[in-house]
Amino acid sequence: MKRFFDEELETFRSHLILMGETAVRQVQDAVKALVTGDIALADRVIAADDELDNFELQIDDEAIRYMNLRAPVATELRLVIVGMKASHDLERVGDEASNIAKRAVKLAALPPLKPYVDLPRMAAIAVEMLRAALDCLLHLEPDRAIAIVKRDSEVDQLNRQLYRELTSFMIENPATVSRALELMFISKSLERIADHASNIAEEMVFLAQARDIRHSEELKKTAVE
Amino acid sequence: MEPPRPAVPPVPLPARPVVAVGPPAAVAPPPVKLRVRSVNFFYGAKQALHSVSLDIPEKRVTAFIGPSGCGKSTLLRCFNRMNDLVDGARLEGTILLGGQDIHAPNLDVIELRKRVGMVFQKSNPFPKSIYENVAYGLRIAGVRQKSTLDTVVEKSLRGAALWDEAKDRLHESALGLSGGQQQRLCIARAIAVEPDVILMDEPCSALDPIATAKVEDLIHELKREFTIVIVTHNMQQAARCSDRTAFFYLGQLVEYSDTGTIFMNPANPQTEAYVSGRFG
Ligand SMILES: Nc1ncnc2c1ncn2[C@@H]1O[C@H](COP(=O)(O)OP(=O)(O)OP(=O)(O)O)[C@@H](O)[C@H]1O
Ligand SMILES: [Mg+2]
Repeated sequence: MKRFFDEELETFRSHLILMGETAVRQVQDAVKALVTGDIALADRVIAADDELDNFELQIDDEAIRYMNLRAPVATELRLVIVGMKASHDLERVGDEASNIAKRAVKLAALPPLKPYVDLPRMAAIAVEMLRAALDCLLHLEPDRAIAIVKRDSEVDQLNRQLYRELTSFMIENPATVSRALELMFISKSLERIADHASNIAEEMVFLAQARDIRHSEELKKTAVE
Repeated sequence: MEPPRPAVPPVPLPARPVVAVGPPAAVAPPPVKLRVRSVNFFYGAKQALHSVSLDIPEKRVTAFIGPSGCGKSTLLRCFNRMNDLVDGARLEGTILLGGQDIHAPNLDVIELRKRVGMVFQKSNPFPKSIYENVAYGLRIAGVRQKSTLDTVVEKSLRGAALWDEAKDRLHESALGLSGGQQQRLCIARAIAVEPDVILMDEPCSALDPIATAKVEDLIHELKREFTIVIVTHNMQQAARCSDRTAFFYLGQLVEYSDTGTIFMNPANPQTEAYVSGRFG
C-alpha cells in the first residue's frame, strides 16, 4: 500500500544515488586531471566539492526529518540510517578527490617523475568498488558489493608497492622528494577512497539483509604482502 | 552463523534520479483560518480552558495533543459552537473564522456548523443507506434535484477515498460497512456540504492500522481543499499528518509550533516529556 510520504523516501534515495554518481565523477576527474596535467579540470574538481558537501547536508536533513516525522521501521529505517552513513563516506570521498586535484595542480608545473600506471589502476579499482557498492541502492543485491570489497586489498597492495618505489626514488635522488611525496599522498588518498567504498558496501549489506558484517571473518581481506 | 535472508525486493525507483538539491523555495505563510484569542471556557464553575490564543492556518492540518482531560475536545467543539448545547457552559474571549466573530449576535449557528464540519471518534453513520448518509446535509439544506445529489454523493465519496468500495452498494445500509469504511463515510458526509474547516476528534482511535493509514492519507489529500484540525492521542499520527501541533495541559496551551519542531526540538520540557511518552 502506498503512503503519502513514500515520495519523501524516494527523493532521499535519489539524492543518495546522485551524490554517489557525483563522488565517482569527482574521483575520475581528479585522476584524469593528474594524468593529463589538465589544471582547468583539476580546478573544476576542487570547485565542485561544495556539491558533495551540500548533498551531505541535504541527505542528513531529509533523514532526520523522516525519522522524526514518519517513524520508519524495518527496511525503511535501515535505508535512512545507512543513507546518513553512506553520505558521510561519500563526502569524504569527495574530500580525497579534491586533495588529489590540488596535488595534480602542483605536479602539473613539474617534470614527471615516472609514467602514471599504478595510480590510475588504483583509481579504477576504487571507482569500481564505489559503483558496485552504490548499485545496491538500486538493486539491494549486496553479493557483488561483498565480492568487490575484497578488492580493497589490491588497492592496499598497490599503495604499499608504490610507497616502496617512491621511497627508493627519494633515497637515490633528493631532487625527487617533493614530487615523490605528492604522489605518495595521492596514493594514500586513493587507498582511503577504497576504504570508504568498503564501508559503503558494508552499509549496503546491512540495508539489504540487516546483517552487520563489519570486522567479521566474511570480509577479512586476504592478506597480500 | 545465521544464513543470509533473501534480499527484499526494492521499491521501484525512477531509472534516473531527477530531483534537485537545495533548500525549498520560500513560500508565503498561509492565511489564518481560525483566530483564537484569550479563550476561557467553563463547564459551570469548572474552568476547562485558560486563556488560550492560537492561529490555525488555512489548508493545513493542525493537531491538538495532550493528556486526557486537558481540553482538546472542548476547544475543538468551540470552533463550531457545539458546546452551546451543554448546559451551564460559558465562553469568554473571541474566535474568528476567516475574520468573522463566530459569537456575533447575527451569526447563524446552523450556517456556522455547515462551514465547520465535524468527524467524531466513533463513526456515527445514520441507520440509512450509504447514499442517504452523504446526501443528508444537502437534503436538509433543501436540495431536491436528484442529478445534483448524485453528483455530490459521488464527488464526496471519491474525496473520502470510499467510492471504489461503495459505488456498487450505494443503496445498502451504511451500517454494513466496516469501521474504517464507516469513518470514511462520515468524512464523506462532512465534505459533502463543502465546509471550510473539518474538525476531527480522534478519528482513528477505533480503527486498525490499515484503516488508520487510509484515513491519514485521506487527511493529507483533504488539506488541498480544507482546513483540518485533528485531535489525536497517537504521537506518530500527529507527526505524520499534521503541519502544526499544539500541546495542551490542564486547559492551557503549553506549546504550539511546526510539527517538525514539536517532535524534534520542543521548547517546553513538558512538551518534550509528553511527546517522548514520559509524561507524569
Ligand atoms: N459536558 C461536560 N460537562 C462538564 N465537564 C466537562 C464536559 N466535557 C468535558 N468536561 C471537562 O472538561 C475538561 C476537558 O475535557 P475535554 O473533553 O475537552 O478533554 P480532552 O482533552 O478532549 O480529553 P480526552 O483526551 O480524554 O478526550 C475535563 O476535565 C472534562 O472532565
Ligand atoms: Mg477529547
